[in-house]
Amino acid sequence: MKEMVNIYVMGKLYSVPAGLTIMNAMEIAGYKHIRGCGCRAGFCGACATIYRIQGDNELHFALACQTAVADNMFIATIPFFPTQKAIYDINEVKPTEQIMMQLYPEIYSCIGCNACTKACPQSLNVMQYIAQAQRGDYATCAEESFDCVACGMCSNRCPAGISHPLVALLARRLNGKYIMPKSEHLEDRANAISNGEYLDALEAIAGKPLSEITELYNHREIEKK
Amino acid sequence: MYSEKMINSMAKVAETRKSRIGADPARFTADEKSKLLAIYHPDFKEEAFSVLEVGANKGGKVPNELHDLLQGKSRMLGKEIDLEDVKYTSDVLVIGGGGSGASCALESFAAGCKVTMVTKLRIGDANTMMAEGGIQAADKENDSPAQHYLDAFGGGHFTNKPELLKMLVGDAPGALQWLNNLGVMFDKDENGVMATTAGGGTSRNRMHACADYSGAEIMRVLRDEVKNDGIEVVEFTSAIEILLDEKGNAAGAVLINMETGELMVAKAKCVVLCTGGAGRIHYQDFPTTNHYGATADGLVMAYRAGAELRDADAIQYHPTGVAFPAQMLGALVTEKVRSLGAMLVNVDGEAFMNPLECRDITSASIIRECSDKNKGIETPLGTAVWLDSPMIDMIHGEGTLLKKLPGMLRMYQKMGIDMREDPILIYPTLHYQNGGVDVNADSMSTLVNNLFVAGEAAGGVHGRNRLMGNSLLDVIVFGRNAGKCAAARAKETEMPSKLSIDHINKFDAAVKASGAEYKAVSPMLLPEYTNIKNKGTL
Repeated sequence: MKEMVNIYVMGKLYSVPAGLTIMNAMEIAGYKHIRGCGCRAGFCGACATIYRIQGDNELHFALACQTAVADNMFIATIPFFPTQKAIYDINEVKPTEQIMMQLYPEIYSCIGCNACTKACPQSLNVMQYIAQAQRGDYATCAEESFDCVACGMCSNRCPAGISHPLVALLARRLNGKYIMPKSEHLEDRANAISNGEYLDALEAIAGKPLSEITELYNHREIEKK
Repeated sequence: MYSEKMINSMAKVAETRKSRIGADPARFTADEKSKLLAIYHPDFKEEAFSVLEVGANKGGKVPNELHDLLQGKSRMLGKEIDLEDVKYTSDVLVIGGGGSGASCALESFAAGCKVTMVTKLRIGDANTMMAEGGIQAADKENDSPAQHYLDAFGGGHFTNKPELLKMLVGDAPGALQWLNNLGVMFDKDENGVMATTAGGGTSRNRMHACADYSGAEIMRVLRDEVKNDGIEVVEFTSAIEILLDEKGNAAGAVLINMETGELMVAKAKCVVLCTGGAGRIHYQDFPTTNHYGATADGLVMAYRAGAELRDADAIQYHPTGVAFPAQMLGALVTEKVRSLGAMLVNVDGEAFMNPLECRDITSASIIRECSDKNKGIETPLGTAVWLDSPMIDMIHGEGTLLKKLPGMLRMYQKMGIDMREDPILIYPTLHYQNGGVDVNADSMSTLVNNLFVAGEAAGGVHGRNRLMGNSLLDVIVFGRNAGKCAAARAKETEMPSKLSIDHINKFDAAVKASGAEYKAVSPMLLPEYTNIKNKGTL
């Protein structure tokens, strides 16, 4: 006999096998997900979930696909939360301090309560990366927020109405496009190909008879790691 | 958590670890590879495949589960719908909101088209989001598109469609530059030199990455750009059939609202299928790495509309899926773990193969180790081998695993395992549809005009086996290609006047005439994981 635990899905009691993720447990209980389920591997942020263990005051924030059920767990899934995205042209914006002021002015209303950080299922230091965005330090904000899955739990808890994942996304795009060093070798190669270089060699190899190309493949030199 | 046998075996792995650092186990010969595949790869299990009785691939074999969906009962049969009552009209209708759908929508929009994107779940809920390892491009001094071609063509067992593969490798550096210019944060050094590693079957270190969030980083930037452009995105809305005009060209789709069940009509000059893969069909009962909506819907719709499929019987099993603990069964352990030096090790602590063979070969070799060689480690749900992740920090220095594989590390930590300290248990998992709808160099179906297909739903680029890092590249290169070509085609096409579903009725008649029976309603839309014995109707 499998060990069973009691969970409460939106307050309703089900007995499910221990060890399952919250997502699997809800399915075993009979819920067919339409909302609240995406990649099932911790990358897409579709399955944001708040839970509390009966008798315990602490609220927990989790991804349903990455978290095991526990006895007397009260579960609420939050498959959508209204955030506000600023519209911009990535070629027009520049990584200046003013750009956040223009696009996401609400970040300057942060009251420093740190509820966002406590709500992050990825254990990111959300309040800190917002502070970095306020200061225009987009490179650090980008690194700090890199593992964000945009589940929106931070925004859900924010008294200032900040859309943290979107602020972080802007910082990362500014970082990737303007702040990180340019990859000259990539640009050079792409330009060379547009100018027709490399294409003769490509045609030549693609045009070889199967026996010859098989031979080439089986004896090609492999670069050391 | 671990069994006693696991603990004993883990001790043996730790014992041999030091001696394995720097070792480079011999690669299999061409002959050994053929034998491994024929005996151990799931694609060679005859009873798992059946022959199609109807459609463009009549007489060809596909996996049993796909057979039943391709020849499944249309969700339109018996439903009345007024095809004149059009809800969405556009130049280009993009079906699917993953990497190829977003790239396609951006390019069609940039070419001046009115674009509508419909997607079954949310935009970005796609296998692209979960691609951890990286994206290939020949942008280094010792590398070239020709070398990339050779690797991918050999890895695909020389069955790739040359005109598509040439485009994949030739457009790769340009595709990465496009992404970089959109603000994707690739791993690079202080001089801008891209960090590149090897992947299974690559002869040059050309795997570019964004830590182990490569696909997620690319997808969230593309999604943001689609929103910045103001492109119409209709979420939780799935296509269930392609609509044709009186000439038999694609001209729209019937849509269903996933929450309310409402049926709607979308009309367009061109239709692009970017519907992704099929892991959630669970071929041969394998677990899968795929996202929730990967149910081969695009193949089903295209097939009923008259399109031909290619290599639909070539399925990729990723060698390293989570085998333990059970709650994460089948989840992806990125190939980057092996790129960074972790070896595949058996119950006795022996490295039983070179860890950087192609995926099909590696999977077959692991299956052999766990079956005929009897050197696997027992788990509650089967057998497995070790992936010796602690080697990574020993080879590249402490902190490497944390920096290069933060997502992996976190996933295992949540299960109580520190993969820097202990090796992890893995077994092959259903990962990728190598084949798909047969398309030409314009990404258009070879048999249905104005029906474009890009990304995992299209076949030919990878032949019968795809290399790591070529699928993220595929969705960008061919998503963009389909977007540009569909836009060009839309410009010379009149808005269709009459829409038809006659092909659905004809397909239905052909199935009945063939004597085949309906075993499923299709497209599947979502897999069924609920477990209710007595289910009533609400």
